[in-house]
Amino acid sequence: MTLRLFIPVDAGALAVGAEEVATAIRAAAARHNVALDIVRTGSRGLYWLEPMVEVETPVGRIAYGPVAPGDADSLLGAILGNGAHPLRQGVADDIPWLKRQTRLTFARCGVVDPRSLEDYRARGGGKGLERALALGAEATVEEVVQSGLRGRGGAGFPTGIKWRTVAQTKALQKYIVCNADEGDSGTFADRMIMEGDPFVLIEGMAIAAIAVGATKGYVYIRSEYPHAAATMDAAIAAARRGGLLGNRIAASAFNFDMEVRVGAGAYVCGEETSLLDSLEGKRGLVRAKPPLPAHKGLFGLPTVINNVLSFASAPIILDKGAAFYRDFGMGKSRGTMPIQLAGNMRHGGLFETAFGITLGELVDEVGGGTRSGRPVRAVQVGGPLGAYFPRALFDTPFDYEAFAAREGLIGHGGVVVFDDTVDMAKQARFAMEFCAIESCGKCTPCRVGSTRGMEVIDRIINGENRAANMTLLEDLCHTLKFGSLCALGGFTPYPVMSALTHFPEDFGAPPRLQAAE
Amino acid sequence: MQQGRRSEDRAPWDREVALRLIREHVNREGPLLPILHALQGEFGYIDTAAEPLIAETLNITRAEVHGVITFYHDFRHQPAGRHLLKLCRAEACQSAGGDPLAARAEAQLGVRMGGTAADGSVTLEPVYCLGLCATAPSAMLDGRVVGRLDESRLDALLAEAQQ
Repeated sequence: MTLRLFIPVDAGALAVGAEEVATAIRAAAARHNVALDIVRTGSRGLYWLEPMVEVETPVGRIAYGPVAPGDADSLLGAILGNGAHPLRQGVADDIPWLKRQTRLTFARCGVVDPRSLEDYRARGGGKGLERALALGAEATVEEVVQSGLRGRGGAGFPTGIKWRTVAQTKALQKYIVCNADEGDSGTFADRMIMEGDPFVLIEGMAIAAIAVGATKGYVYIRSEYPHAAATMDAAIAAARRGGLLGNRIAASAFNFDMEVRVGAGAYVCGEETSLLDSLEGKRGLVRAKPPLPAHKGLFGLPTVINNVLSFASAPIILDKGAAFYRDFGMGKSRGTMPIQLAGNMRHGGLFETAFGITLGELVDEVGGGTRSGRPVRAVQVGGPLGAYFPRALFDTPFDYEAFAAREGLIGHGGVVVFDDTVDMAKQARFAMEFCAIESCGKCTPCRVGSTRGMEVIDRIINGENRAANMTLLEDLCHTLKFGSLCALGGFTPYPVMSALTHFPEDFGAPPRLQAAE
Repeated sequence: MQQGRRSEDRAPWDREVALRLIREHVNREGPLLPILHALQGEFGYIDTAAEPLIAETLNITRAEVHGVITFYHDFRHQPAGRHLLKLCRAEACQSAGGDPLAARAEAQLGVRMGGTAADGSVTLEPVYCLGLCATAPSAMLDGRVVGRLDESRLDALLAEAQQ
């Protein structure tokens, strides 16, 4: 009998020893003369249980975690025996944290071999593209419009409208560009998809290509993600061999091919026009809009530029239909959002669920509070440009509009928890510092305002003319918010002002009354 | 990947090798970043002597090439230490105790962020997110990712980097 095990090669799992665990289990199996078949998968996203090892059994895959290399012998003994082990988590699919989710975009992530097109197809992959080919370009665009899918990169612009604009723009050459420059701290969903289910991204981009009439695609991956780039490269090569990319894709009349491009450590290149300049081989400067990338994008040609998760949602929308996807969610936020629980969180990881879950449920129930065991004091949602929310705002539902109404944003879905040791004045200063480090330098409010912001916050922290400097900081934030060319300068005021508004005591001002909320 | 190689494995600057690498990418759309990655992957840094070669081959100005190299945090004009240790300094890692660990690394290596240890063993760099935010704080040593850093795991990394 050959034992079939599943061990992640996801970077998050590797970072906590998945490779050492795989090696130790192989060695233990050799010592006990046990035949092993180890499948390397992505991560299911239950990171506090990583490295998580799964074993195929008649009742499903049984998960064990977090496994250390020293557990290899006892684990193997348990697997060969009655299965009892202190690290046993039961059937993976039935783990409550996973069962509570609605995995549409992440259905296969952590389950399949990310480099196997056969595995992808065996788990329902490819059906979205098939249906898009059957529907034709116009109906495919319409399906995405009707699904209510909004850009998952952070801006939340309706994806279908973007596609329709490109489809209606006449040009000899059009491009599909995937923004995989996932630079927001607290986010890792794009990385997980690229490392765990890269074919769903390839399929999504192919659907977009057919919908708008594009023939060439690029995935712009940040250089901090070498594992994701390697897996995408391998998957693209496999997709070419399998007829999913190249001439006459999936035996249709359409040609579409794509390649990976690696960024070079500039956060601002996650902004779509800056990314396009970077792809063209220029400094990653933000462009003024209009013209929109849909009209004049890469090399001045019509371009669909979407986030990884937006493209990766297209296959299921086409496969199951717009209504199926649209039925999840609330208000104008339709479908599911892969939320990333990060930082000082007890149960951190990838939690995909319909829009509408509250911040409190996410942090206290799903995330289980802090890993440090101390009280939660602040939660930053939406990356370094997102607002810090206090417990008083934990009733905010995860929804684009609900967060905007409270001077925050959901961004790319990152949720970073801080305990009561956090110094919010320091966090506000860091927001300005980060903006200063990463500003592309094109517009003055961002380039100069961020450095002046650091200086003003330093003066507030040092108690120099505190009241006057607080007014000055608010004024400066106003200038950044309304005078910057892109979201880097435009949204840096969110973390700064939310820290000042909700945690004034950290700036030497009287505390805010909870009842005033 | 360029980050996955240690500097002692890298070749010294060689004009002919550089020209060959530049020409390998010249027919791609937007070839400049792939060229710069190839050069840095080969030599560990981008020699200023490469700038006119790239400019001439791509028919752009030397100023444009220089501007691109200096815009991106990844590209360096000088070789790094034998090892490259990147510590994540972004919010998720801050929330999980990254700040004192960064200070500890600076103190033990006797350098500030961005600096190279006096014996040339290691360059310490800040990185703003490695996407390992649920296993924070995190680091990357020569392309190898490390999560759930604490003092002892960091010390082990520093010892390895100082070899």
